[in-house]
Order: sequence, then C-alpha cells, then structure tokens
Amino acid sequence: MPIKRADKTPMPVREAQQRAHDFIEVNEGYTKAHAAFEAERCLRCQDPVCVGGCPVNVPIPEFIHAVAMGDMAGAAEILRSANPLPAICGRVCPQESQCEAECSMTQRFSPVAIGHLERFVADWERTQPPSVQAKITRTEKIAIIGAGPSGLVCAGPPARLGYPVTIYEALHAAGGVLRYGIPEFRLPKQVLDWEIGLLKSMGVEIVCNVIIGKTLTLDELFGKMGYAAVFIGTGAGLPQFLGIPGENLNGVMSANEFLTRVNLMGGYDPDTADTPVKVGKRMAVIGAGNTAMDAVRTSMRMGAEKAMVVYRRSDKEMSARVEEYHHAMEEGVEFHWLTNPLEIQGNAEGWATGLKCQKMTLGEPDASGRARPVPIPDSEFVLPVDNVILAIGTTPNPLLTRTTSGLLTNKKGCLVADEKTGLTSKALVFAGGDAVTGAATVILAAGAGKRAAQAIHEALEARG
Amino acid sequence: MAKIIETRQLTAVTKYFRIEAPLIAASARPGQFVMLRVREGGERIPITIADYDRELGTITIVVQAVGATTQRVCALKTGDDILDVAGPMGGHIEIAPGGHVCGVGGGFGSAALLCLMREFTARGDTTTAILGARNKDLLILADELRPLCTHLEICTDDGSAGFKGFVTQRLAQLIEAGPPKRPDSVVAIGPMAMMRAVAETTRGPKVKTLVSMDPLMVDGTGMCGGCRVTVAGKAQFACVDGPCFDAHEVDFDVAMRRNKAYVQEEKRAVDRAACMDRRETA
Ligand SMILES: Cc1cc2nc3c(=O)[nH]c(=O)nc-3n(C[C@H](O)[C@H](O)[C@H](O)COP(=O)(O)OP(=O)(O)OC[C@H]3O[C@@H](n4cnc5c(N)ncnc54)[C@H](O)[C@@H]3O)c2cc1C
Ligand SMILES: Cc1cc2nc3c(=O)[nH]c(=O)nc-3n(C[C@H](O)[C@H](O)[C@H](O)COP(=O)(O)OP(=O)(O)OC[C@H]3O[C@@H](n4cnc5c(N)ncnc54)[C@H](O)[C@@H]3O)c2cc1C
Ligand code: FES
Repeated sequence: MPIKRADKTPMPVREAQQRAHDFIEVNEGYTKAHAAFEAERCLRCQDPVCVGGCPVNVPIPEFIHAVAMGDMAGAAEILRSANPLPAICGRVCPQESQCEAECSMTQRFSPVAIGHLERFVADWERTQPPSVQAKITRTEKIAIIGAGPSGLVCAGPPARLGYPVTIYEALHAAGGVLRYGIPEFRLPKQVLDWEIGLLKSMGVEIVCNVIIGKTLTLDELFGKMGYAAVFIGTGAGLPQFLGIPGENLNGVMSANEFLTRVNLMGGYDPDTADTPVKVGKRMAVIGAGNTAMDAVRTSMRMGAEKAMVVYRRSDKEMSARVEEYHHAMEEGVEFHWLTNPLEIQGNAEGWATGLKCQKMTLGEPDASGRARPVPIPDSEFVLPVDNVILAIGTTPNPLLTRTTSGLLTNKKGCLVADEKTGLTSKALVFAGGDAVTGAATVILAAGAGKRAAQAIHEALEARG
Repeated sequence: MAKIIETRQLTAVTKYFRIEAPLIAASARPGQFVMLRVREGGERIPITIADYDRELGTITIVVQAVGATTQRVCALKTGDDILDVAGPMGGHIEIAPGGHVCGVGGGFGSAALLCLMREFTARGDTTTAILGARNKDLLILADELRPLCTHLEICTDDGSAGFKGFVTQRLAQLIEAGPPKRPDSVVAIGPMAMMRAVAETTRGPKVKTLVSMDPLMVDGTGMCGGCRVTVAGKAQFACVDGPCFDAHEVDFDVAMRRNKAYVQEEKRAVDRAACMDRRETA
C-alpha cells in the first residue's frame, strides 16, 4: 500500500480579518493541484465504509478515483447519480459526522477531504455547458409544494422522464433555506441559481408567490388544477421562541427574521435593498447550531462590534458544523458556553439592553443523550446587548396542514410519511425534508426528495 | 406579476387599485391580506384585500403612502405591473351569522370594510359601517360602501360631514341605544390608536370586538416571527394566527412600540428612494 500523507489538504480560505466584514465566500475552493493531491489520499477501500456514512450513499471512492485520474466529467457524473445538489452539499454537509467520520484514514490520520473534493468536482461542472435536455412526453402533471432542497431535488427525475412538473413556492424566490437562511459567504447564491436554472432548462416550471393552503388548497391541486401527484417539501420554517421575559422588546428577533432580512431581502447591500436590518454594537445570538453560527457571523459582517454566541451547554454538545465554528472563532466571535439566558432586559423606550444569564454545569445525560445543563446557584450576571437573536430551532409551518383534511401529522407537527417512499396519509401525496423530519439537513432533504420522485413515478406507472 | 387595471386617487396620499390576481380573487375572504413587492431589492409589505371579484379575477387594494415602499406603490398607474403579489395571507374574519355586525374603518382601513360589509349583508346580517376621518376631504369610499351595508355612519372630527366627533363616540352612542342599534360584534380596521380606542369603547359594555393588527412583517408566511403581537399574554404571529384578534386581549402598548422599531431606517429609505428616483428620471 502506498504511503499516504497524514493530513487533509487544507481548504484555502480568505483571511479572517478581511472576510469578517464582507459577504464574499470564505472558502476559496481547491485548485486542481490540491484536488489531485487530496484524491490520491483515498485508500480506495474494498469495503468503502464512507459510503455508508453518506445519507444518499454517494459512490465516494469511485468519484474520487475519477478525480485522481483527471476524469472530471466522469467524476461529476458519478457524483450527480447519487447526489443531485453536489455543489451545495460539498459546502454545507456536516461531513465530519457523516462520510468523513467513517473514512478509514480517520483511524490514524485525518480523513480524506470528501466534502472539499465534492465541491471541487461540482464547481468544475458549473463551468461546463449543462448537458441535460428533457422533453415533455407524459400527460400526468406533478405539483411540488416548496422550492427548498427537497422540492428542487424531487422535480429533477420526473422532468427527465418527461412529466410536466410545477413547483409552487410561497416566497418571491426559490431555494428555501438555501435562499433565505444560509448566507452568501457560505453558499453563494449563484451556486443555487445554477441548480435552479438547470431545472428550468429541463422544463420545470417554478411559480413563486403561491401559498398552497391559501392561494390554492392541496385538494384544488388535484381537482381544479388537474395534477396527478403532489410532493410536499414545505420545510420547518416556523421559528421557536424561548418564552423568557423581554422577548418582545425591540431589538429581539428570530434568526430566521434576521437572516431573511439580510439574505432573501438583500439587506447586506443597503445601497440596493429597501428592507432595513437592525444591527447594534453588541449582538447576542442564543443557540449553537448552524443557524446560530450563520446569524452571529452575519451580525459581524453587518457591523456589530461584539458578536456573541450564548449557549447553555458546552462546545461538545453544539450541533453546528465544526468548520463553521472554527471560522467563527477565527473571525472573532465570542462564545459564552454553559450560559443560560433567563431574561432580556430593556430600557424605558422598550429596546433591549441586557441579557440576564445564569452559569451552568453539565450533569447526567438527558433524553437527547447529551449532558443535561444544570444551573450553578448564585451565578447570575447581565451581558450588555443591543440585539438578541434567537436561534433555538424551528418547527414545521402549520399553514398547509391547517387547511388540508386527511393529512396526518405527529405530535411535533411533522407530516407522517413512509420512510422509503414519502407517501403521506393521502393517496398520491408524498412528502419529505424538514416538513417530515423536523429541522434537519440539506442532504437528508435532498435524499427524501429523490426517493419520493422515484415513488411518484412508480405510483403513476402502477395507476396506468 | 399582477397587472393594475384601474386606479383612483382617493385623497392626496391614498390610492385605490384594482389588480388582476385570479387565484387570489378566487380564494380571498374578508380580513385577509396580500404581501407585495414593487421592485427587485424592494420590501415585502402587507396590504389588506379591500375587495375581490371572483368572476373578473381581480382584487382591490387601497394604499396610503407613508414611507418609501407605499410611495412607490402609489406612483404606479393603470397598466403597470406589480412585481410580486402573494396571498391571500392570514385568516379571515369569522363571526356567527344572524347578528348585527358593525365595521369601524379609519384611514385605509375603511377600504377593508368593502368585502366585509358585502359578505355579511349578503348572508342576512344587519350591518353598520362607521367611517371616520379628520374632515370630509379625507373620507374615503363612502359612496361605494353605502349600498353594501344596512346603515352607513360618517364621522368627521370637524363636523364637515356626518356626525361631529370620533368614530368611538358614535359607536358608544349606538351601543348605549341598545338593540336594534347596538351591534352584537364590532370589527375595527385602521390606525392602531383608533383600534385601541374602539377596544376601550366596547370593553365595558362587553361587545365582542375584533381588531386587524398591522405589525411590521417580513415574509407574511409565519417564517420570521417579526409580526408577533401579544394576545392574552401570549405571542401570536399576526400573519398566520391573525391578523384579526380579540380586541380586548391585545396588548396595544407592545404593538405600538414594536411598530416603531425601524423608524430611523425607514426615514433613510424615503430619502434614498427620492434620491434614486431623481437619478432614474435624470
Ligand atoms: C440558517 C440555517 C443554516 C443551515 N445550515 C445548514 C448546513 O450548513 N448544512 C445542512 O445540511 N443544513 C443546514 N440547515 C438546514 C437545511 O437548510 C434544511 O434542513 C433544509 O433546507 C430543508 O429543506 P426542505 O426542502 O425540507 O425545506 P426548506 O429549505 O425549508 O424549504 C421549504 C420551502 O417551502 C416553502 N413553503 C412552505 N410552505 C409552503 C406552502 N404552503 N406553499 C408553498 N411553499 C411553501 C418555503 O417558503 C420554502 O421555500 C440550515 C438551516 C438554517 C435555517
Ligand atoms: C395585515 C396588514 C394589513 C395592512 N393593510 C394596509 C392597507 O390596506 N393599506 C395600507 O396603506 N397599508 C396597510 N398596512 C400597512 C402597510 O403595510 C405599511 O404602511 C407599509 O408596510 C409601510 O411601508 P413603507 O415602506 O411605505 O413605509 P415605512 O417606511 O416602512 O414606514 C413609514 C412609517 O409608517 C410606520 N409603519 C410602517 N409599517 C407600519 C404598520 N404596519 N403599521 C403602522 N405603522 C407602520 C413606520 O413606523 C413609519 O413611521 C397593513 C399592514 C398590515 C400588517
Ligand atoms: S411576517 Fe414573518 S412570521 Fe409573520
């Protein structure tokens, strides 16, 4: 066996002091030389365990081998056969807990940079003329509700098979969280626009400003509109609040509101956008997931002097991708671990001025398996703040389920759907992504969209 | 894109638009609203659906120019397109049939009474519309509303038309008069201060009252929580749980404070818009 280099080829990144003040992508991407070198690190295991770590089972050693051989077109084809959003997943997947966690190299060295290579191949693909052509040859129309990753992915395969496909999106632009949530410095919108362009070139129609359950009901999609099957990919966009005193003070908002103002509404460029964004000197973000990292790093870029994360557990329990955490630290984000927010204090005009917190310590594991944070007596203190951003999770939006009969949901408001096919409690209605799982990941949403696409085709074929 | 097929200037700052929006016209109900955007980079703003014509596939909106975006809307003419119109958003007004419904409208809120009065009159309710304005020239849509309701009451602060005084004074008189003048339920739509005054007027005599809250909104689909209002001590999202709430449960202090959150930024937006428009016309 050839001797492999121990360390992952580092991703070239923009200098922290500079990038912390603009929205240009942080990671610059591998050069050809980086990619060739990194691809050689892959051991091409007989039993590639990394593939099992990938929620959509990308044939990882095969695509990496193609990169090593300089066969970019081949690599792109292998990648896309399993993952329809490689340029996006290469950037945002939590590789460290999926494929790269399983990589055989991980036992002794650092894993192969599967995510970086995936991104490299997908970015190359975007420089090539798109090859997909599709023609409408079938009469059964398919409607997709929501243009997030699950809906976008679900649209591709049926369009390729000749079905007329329409995606209905409530907002004025397609992309779901990829548009309104994940910021430009992590996922440039041109990457998303390219994927959407690809779908449009295959004849997929995207109709924005239509809220299913309001503008049209689900039943009307079948009746009045004549669709034969429907996929629901409406996500889990409803932000949760803590329910602590002071949450309705001015200057307190959900991460969804803050990020939507900046991303979807273009607030990061006040020269062209009308939507105002409130940025004080001291911004505290509560939570430690990807949403919290995006919010805190966006605060910094919007001009906050102090951008802070406040989390009641420790860095071990945080759910954000490690890369985002490292980048946030490099950029100067302040982390307050084991700190539980109790109350938001305000001034006479009703503006937030302070976040009253309590120090915590870790106890026995709780229901989630993570160590339970326990308050330390008499440890209360007030963190001076101008803004508080809540990034403590989201749940499925009840808009559609409230207006549709016969669509079963569980206690958490998630749609009940078959794991393999995505079939819901209503005939010919399929669902996937965050609407079914609760807030999860892009790759899980994409995988669910892809499986449902197959199931829809089979159901329509069976119906004849 | 939605085409504007009719416009009318109602007052110096208030404009009436009829726009082509067949899907919205088909499903709209009284009390609901649309989110609209007039240009790339523009804000999404909520505007009440004043009326709809299911057959013609049109909706009516009435917009009062108060800031950058509403000024841009009011600059649009017949034949122009509105970039994005999404809706109908929010829940509709539900009142048990057979009673006496009184709609109180102030400012652009009077417009929302059009479909409300028409639908409730049509199903056999007794309906009263109370319109208020500072003076006769600021009064809007009285002629359009008259045939749609059983009684039309006009109030002006200076007495230049109808009752001299506030809508709440006239409303108090009707309540005091007892049935058949006393309404069983009241719906107030207009400036927050007026809705709050209506709430106080009906609280004592225990007349069921709904107010149409107009907090700042971003998406209008329940995704941001920016529109939260405190109702019965609990945070509610006006865009999905409202926009109409029990007037006696709404915390108006919090609502009024929250609406001022972006005042400085809004002022800047108006200046900038004026600047951009000058550049465009130059
Ligand atoms: C700030 C943030 C950062 C994240 N970072 C990461 C990350 O780094 N890596 C990762 O893997 N995951 C990340 N996630 C999670 C990931 O984005 C989601 O799991 C994924 O987007 C879910 O996809 P979806 O298709 O189910 O729904 P969504 O992306 O939520 O899209 C749903 C779409 O449906 C539309 N819709 C909703 N209701 C209706 C209706 N009734 N009619 C019409 N349209 C409707 C919505 O407007 C939306 O556009 C992040 C999430 C957030 C919020
Ligand atoms: C459910 C709902 C229905 C509405 N219906 C209508 C309607 O039918 N016609 C209409 O003209 N307007 C309506 N509004 C209000 C309208 O949305 C705002 O006037 C608009 O968003 C202001 O945008 P702007 O950029 O022009 O002004 P901005 O620059 O944003 O604001 C200008 C001034 O108005 C104040 N303001 C902004 N938004 C509101 C608000 N929501 N309530 C009170 N004061 C506000 C600001 O504090 C500021 O002082 C409605 C609002 C809601 C929430
Ligand atoms: S406007 Fe965003 S949740 Fe209501």
